Amino acid sequence: MPVRLPFRPRRDAYPPDLWTKCPSCAEMLFNKQLDKSLRVCPHCGHHFRIPAKVRIAHLVDSGSFMERDADLQPVDALGFVDLKPYPDRLVAAQLSTGLRDAAVWGTATIGGRPVSLCVMDFGFIGGSMGSVVGEKVARAGEAAIAERIPLIIVSSSGGARMQEGTYALMQLAKTMAIVERVKAASVPYLSVLADPTTGGVFASFAVVGDVNIAEPNALIRFAGDRVSAGTISEELPPGYARAEFWFSHGFVDRIVARAHLRDEIIALLGFLIAPPLNGIGEPIAAGAFKPRSFLSALTGALSGDGSPDSRNGESNGSRGEAPRG
Amino acid sequence: MVDRLLGRPHAEGKPESPTAEVWAHVQQARNLKRPHTLELVKVMADEFIELHGDRLFGDDSAIVAGLARIDGRRIVVIGFQKGQDTEENIRRNFGLPHPEGYRKAMRIMEMAERFAMPVLTFVDVQGAFPGAAAEERGIAEAIARSVGLMSRLRTPIVVVITGEGGSGGALGLAVGDVVLALENSIYSVISPEGCAAILWRSAEQSAQAAVAMKVTAAEQLEFGIVDAVIPEPGEGAHTDPAETARRIRGVVIEHLDSLGRLSVDDLVEARFKRYRAYGPYTVADRPSAPVERPGIAHRLRGLISTRRSMPRFTRTPRTGPSGREEV
Repeated sequence: MPVRLPFRPRRDAYPPDLWTKCPSCAEMLFNKQLDKSLRVCPHCGHHFRIPAKVRIAHLVDSGSFMERDADLQPVDALGFVDLKPYPDRLVAAQLSTGLRDAAVWGTATIGGRPVSLCVMDFGFIGGSMGSVVGEKVARAGEAAIAERIPLIIVSSSGGARMQEGTYALMQLAKTMAIVERVKAASVPYLSVLADPTTGGVFASFAVVGDVNIAEPNALIRFAGDRVSAGTISEELPPGYARAEFWFSHGFVDRIVARAHLRDEIIALLGFLIAPPLNGIGEPIAAGAFKPRSFLSALTGALSGDGSPDSRNGESNGSRGEAPRG
Repeated sequence: MVDRLLGRPHAEGKPESPTAEVWAHVQQARNLKRPHTLELVKVMADEFIELHGDRLFGDDSAIVAGLARIDGRRIVVIGFQKGQDTEENIRRNFGLPHPEGYRKAMRIMEMAERFAMPVLTFVDVQGAFPGAAAEERGIAEAIARSVGLMSRLRTPIVVVITGEGGSGGALGLAVGDVVLALENSIYSVISPEGCAAILWRSAEQSAQAAVAMKVTAAEQLEFGIVDAVIPEPGEGAHTDPAETARRIRGVVIEHLDSLGRLSVDDLVEARFKRYRAYGPYTVADRPSAPVERPGIAHRLRGLISTRRSMPRFTRTPRTGPSGREEV
């Protein structure tokens, strides 16, 4: 069994636990400091990809996340073998990520409000969507409808998982059918597009949020380079298919730096959740206003600055300013 | 198999490899002379009025749509339209649709719902147009919304895959109550070329990718993605387009009849359940141990626990970076 022992460091590699080189500005970053800045480069604002569990810890109220369906396990229905068999890829990904598949879902509170949260993990076979990821998105949506709590999906995925063939393609239909029901039930759905959100995930639930939020400079794209190579030979301009490109083309509502994402979600939920009704179908005035002031106070306390322009999508969107907020 | 389908005697002394057989099937599905939506409708319908434009940006000639009368029924027909010669192909962008095509389809599907007309779609597309013009006008959004609309449209939808059913571009018009496929058609999550380019890092392995993805209509029937396969006449649909259209017509009318007997609520609920159920998975006996950073201790622990918790995998688990895929 080829167990790769970590005794011999690779050439040019720093001890993996200490330093990370920023791929954008080439700055050497001390990992502990990088973790403190939510894995955003303090120099250039580059947003590193983060595992699902880290993302969840950033977003939810501490200790409130209850994972559901962690035991869903993908199967190799096609007997798929490319350069190595699909089950081997699954085991390798499971070992390196500690997850069973590329999505984690559960319920949590964010700013005191219960939500149904599903987060994808790019580290697991490129965050690709097979039957288990589709099922988890679907169950997150169903829980949102059943409990009438907002649905939040954080996407980070290369698209549909080819090794599951047309079953993976059907996950687009499965997740969209659920999202349509979420919308019909007037349950808010926030879609967060992290780097990268491409292929079948972008072309299904990720693009149709009530509010679409993208992380700065996230790659968001339907047709990948390798897919369109050979089919179409077009020169692509720099910055093509990045979050800012989609902002200017009208498919993303806001570009929000990671440090502000939680506050942004809290603020949006404050608007999208209808205040509770009293017996005669009118909003309860006190109930409608109390949480807002409570939330504003909480928001200010958490972010350290309560200035309203810290939620301005355009200024947050520029990469230079992002981590300093 | 292809030889048998085409009624040819098997090439003597040189049996075709299974890979070559599947690749021949893929080529058959792509045959330029296969009938596309307009050719089929011309034979199937007594009357057809094509409608144009998405009311937002333009008209996409790679997707055609219109009102048809078939066997006395008013229906809406929507389908992909490849060209049959170079000139028509250039005009129709080689059958690769832009977002306007899907938005036109959605507009007309909503109209079908309002006027209680069943929807019939013909699917034959390699994939949505992968260029910048389609991307920046939101091909992903158009496909997502079209899939979502079809999953809840309150009128019967019959889908016929007539050639290539290529990835999200095909699915954008392929969500329905009944999904039929012509014998030599294919249906896949990504084109064999795209799959080979990503997983094998070489487009030359396309045939192998087609085999691995089990793209043929017969295999998709086994998976339950396709409900019935319609046999093609002679040596394939391209040899007798009119007979192909007549065969499709018969099966489609049959299904429109049976779908018409359901209440709209039952119909939509059954369609939802169908797509909700797709995709096999199992429930593992215990959750895997969380690994923060894979050091040697973690790896060894992982290897031991993998053996215990995942007896399904009989192959020796290998460590190493997993491939990253995108579609």
